[in-house]
Amino acid sequence: MTTEHIVVVGGGMVAHRFTEALRARDTEGRYSVEVLAEEPRAPYDRVALTSYFQLKSPEELQLGDPALWHDPLVTLHRDTRATGVDRDRRIVTVDGGREVAYDHLVLATGSYAWAPPTPGADLPGVFMYRTVDDVAALRGWVEERRAALGRPVRGAVIGGGLLGLEAAGALQSLGAISTVIQFADRLMNLQVDEGGGEALKRLIEALGVTVRCSTATQEIRAGKDGHVGSLLFADGGEQLVDVVVFATGVRPRDELGAKAGLEIGARGGVVVDDACLTADPAVSAIGEVACIQGACLGLIAPGNTMAEIAVDRLLGGSSTFPGADMATKLKLLGVDVASFGDAFATTPGALEMVYADPVNGVYKKLVLTDDATTLLGGVLVGDASAYASLRPMVGAALPGDPAAWILPEGSVEKGEIELPDSAGVCSCNNVSAGAIRDAVNHEGCHDLGAVKACTKAGTSCGSCLPLVKKIMGTELEKSGIEVSNALCEHFELSRAQLFNAIKVAEVTTFSEVIERFGTGRGCDICKPTVGSILASLYNAHVLGGDRAALQDTNDRVMANMQKDGTYSVVPRVPGGEILPEHLILIGQIAQDYGLYTKITGGQRIDLFGARLEQLPSIWKRLVDAGMESGHAYGKSLRTVKSCVGSTWCRYGVQDSVGMAIALELRYRGLRSPHKLKLGVSGCARECAEARGKDVGVIATDKGWNVYVGGNGGFTPVHAQLLVEDVPDDEVFRVIDRYLMYYIRTADRLQRTAPWQQEHEGGLDRIREIVVEDSLGLGEELDAHMARHIDSYEDEWKAVLNDPERLKQFTSFVNAPDQADPTLAYVEQRGQRRPATPEERAGGAVLIAPSTLEVRS
Amino acid sequence: MTAVPATASSTATVVCDYDRLTPELGVAALVGGEQVAIFRLADGSVHAVQNLDPFSGASVMSRGITGSRGDVPTIASPIYKQVFSLLDGTCLVTMDKSPKAGHAPDLVVYPVTLDNGQVIIDLAGSE
Repeated sequence: MTTEHIVVVGGGMVAHRFTEALRARDTEGRYSVEVLAEEPRAPYDRVALTSYFQLKSPEELQLGDPALWHDPLVTLHRDTRATGVDRDRRIVTVDGGREVAYDHLVLATGSYAWAPPTPGADLPGVFMYRTVDDVAALRGWVEERRAALGRPVRGAVIGGGLLGLEAAGALQSLGAISTVIQFADRLMNLQVDEGGGEALKRLIEALGVTVRCSTATQEIRAGKDGHVGSLLFADGGEQLVDVVVFATGVRPRDELGAKAGLEIGARGGVVVDDACLTADPAVSAIGEVACIQGACLGLIAPGNTMAEIAVDRLLGGSSTFPGADMATKLKLLGVDVASFGDAFATTPGALEMVYADPVNGVYKKLVLTDDATTLLGGVLVGDASAYASLRPMVGAALPGDPAAWILPEGSVEKGEIELPDSAGVCSCNNVSAGAIRDAVNHEGCHDLGAVKACTKAGTSCGSCLPLVKKIMGTELEKSGIEVSNALCEHFELSRAQLFNAIKVAEVTTFSEVIERFGTGRGCDICKPTVGSILASLYNAHVLGGDRAALQDTNDRVMANMQKDGTYSVVPRVPGGEILPEHLILIGQIAQDYGLYTKITGGQRIDLFGARLEQLPSIWKRLVDAGMESGHAYGKSLRTVKSCVGSTWCRYGVQDSVGMAIALELRYRGLRSPHKLKLGVSGCARECAEARGKDVGVIATDKGWNVYVGGNGGFTPVHAQLLVEDVPDDEVFRVIDRYLMYYIRTADRLQRTAPWQQEHEGGLDRIREIVVEDSLGLGEELDAHMARHIDSYEDEWKAVLNDPERLKQFTSFVNAPDQADPTLAYVEQRGQRRPATPEERAGGAVLIAPSTLEVRS
Repeated sequence: MTAVPATASSTATVVCDYDRLTPELGVAALVGGEQVAIFRLADGSVHAVQNLDPFSGASVMSRGITGSRGDVPTIASPIYKQVFSLLDGTCLVTMDKSPKAGHAPDLVVYPVTLDNGQVIIDLAGSE
């Protein structure tokens, strides 16, 4: 079989989706793909462009698995602009005259940012808002002007749509004062109605952004220095500015198609049919450049749908474009805005049901048929939590009183929603309720992870996950499959239920727990779970009572077991700040015991290769010098990483090391469902990478921002903002409650990121509970954490003082002086490491353990 | 757990006092050059298996977690968490892994006898 060659012009999100989908589905390797990208980087998440300001590098905006670009059937050319298409010869010409031949051409050139012709639009200090380079240039300019002017930079955004509000948020996060200049009579006039626009304006102004609606910009004037200086409005008004951003919409980049003689739509765009094909069967167009069903669509969801259709057609499929779902839900400057279906009630006879609460900044509207039963559309501003449930119901009857969906929670009982199979649930990946039911009923997907992997639902923006989970639960219940939260064969309760049960019953030993709430003798799943719950609740020593036998491998001996059965030892180094004498002591111990040393990711030092029976004597030397256990082995607080902060750093605005030490000493020894890592950065440069932590604290001019739910590991997630600009004591209070609430309600081995994501109502609901105390749990959580802090003791020291517990640290019960004779090491880069089986077999083992330590 | 018969083979070794064993916590012992993991369970019974974990190659079984699967008392490896029967050594849960080259997946079980408060292991009776 010969391989046909596809050339994709454009390197945006839709080009990425096309390439990814083709490589996933073309299992026989029928096609090779060559992507011509004009930007100097691989396709990135343009929707998340504004988050660039919180990131360290553009790489963090990367889309999907970068391995795609190393696929032998995929070639990506960056910095490569296509200049012409010769459809007769099937050749694309690129900058410099090079010719690229194709069997099939896919135009995915996207859009460019359009600005109305305005005098002065070419002045230095006027920017567009479309690419990473635009945003980087804007950031550079604002930082440079702030330094030059010595005062906050005055910014204006022309355009009050979605992109304009994004840009205003970006200016604000750069520390600039921002004003939004909107030509229309309200913000986001394409998505929300008048009432929604009013609510949005109030919410945005409350955040310090000035909004001027119904204002036309006539001219941009230069200041004395030749840079942009002021805006002159049609009504005669004038405003001083140091930077201007145009966010006045986009236009399709259809010039390549036009030059190649392809049909162009009335408002631009390369005309395609429902199969995304142009009149030339060897040329498709997808994404924003395509004029499909008479319009160009500027959202990612229909772009992705077109990419999937183009792939399907190339592989012999027959899918067609179903029409665009223009529903949107976003968070702009922290404000929820959603619009779906017939938001403007243009259907004849449509009724509008409105709830507005200007005090709390909420506006909700449902558009219903004239008999007030069938949902046609809606607008949600300030609280869009109902969006995920309502959007798929467009065109279907809402059960119960529709008012229940817009009135405050609990005022009217909501009807039970049963979505039709055809209802779209995940618009990013075009997954219907029926597809999810199918995955549950016929593909054997019985948990959220399996459903996500099978259907791709919820894998892009994730906003539909609560709904996916609900549909899955209902299906499982229907087919009689119990949605089992059982821990293991010994406990039918979930971890959260068991936590509550133990807390209420006030039992303190495993034998009582299993007698009252379980069966059998327990196992390696439930025993450590109960051990962790008892530790979280009572904070007694992990090896006390009957608890030693409950602890998992590492907690059992308070060190980390390595592959050969020896352990690594990590003393606590709070905040990564360490005394020289402690550094020397650690080095001395490593030399004396022949331990391998390595710096950990959490700013401390790991000593590898200690045998069970050596642990107490190593601890004793550390404890005698004032060091303690670092809990590197526990499902508990690990470290609080910090940058050097304002005490030394030229840029730091707060004492990040001091804060990190305070947090580490506050939460040390706190047992939790999984490990906990914290980070503190002294300024927005974020050198401590705190947003990759379960809790990240980042200094601001006014205090601290607290981010929660970040994870490294297998599924990296950035932490989300919980509270802003709070003082020290509020940082502690909020984190106390967040961690305690997590400890009480998370599943076994569930880290904060998935817990937060799967929590009903997500982070918004968690914020209500831990910040606003909506459940009235605050005092109890505070008291629980206070008990933990008061009862903390160093676990190592406690064992050293207890001859009974020390007995466990014996190599052989009948030969306590003998080391494990099977250990074998070789030298590598001046230290030792475990020998491989080949090295053992070949007799290459250089070091036997008995020759190593000078003391034991 | 009967008393050691008078005809006990010469391979039987007294390992330690029964009271030295903590319920549900294992210990390791060196018996005739072999490493043995010994467990006293909550019901008072004592079990012995090879200390070598076939799935990691490390001598660590004595540091695993005891438990049960159905009525069978078990021990889980502290390294990759495979679960073995303490009655006959069968590997009950492989965690989708294979043993290290040269090792069988099941553990060798050694007979344990208690005599006069002492724990006695007989290598010759292994199965």
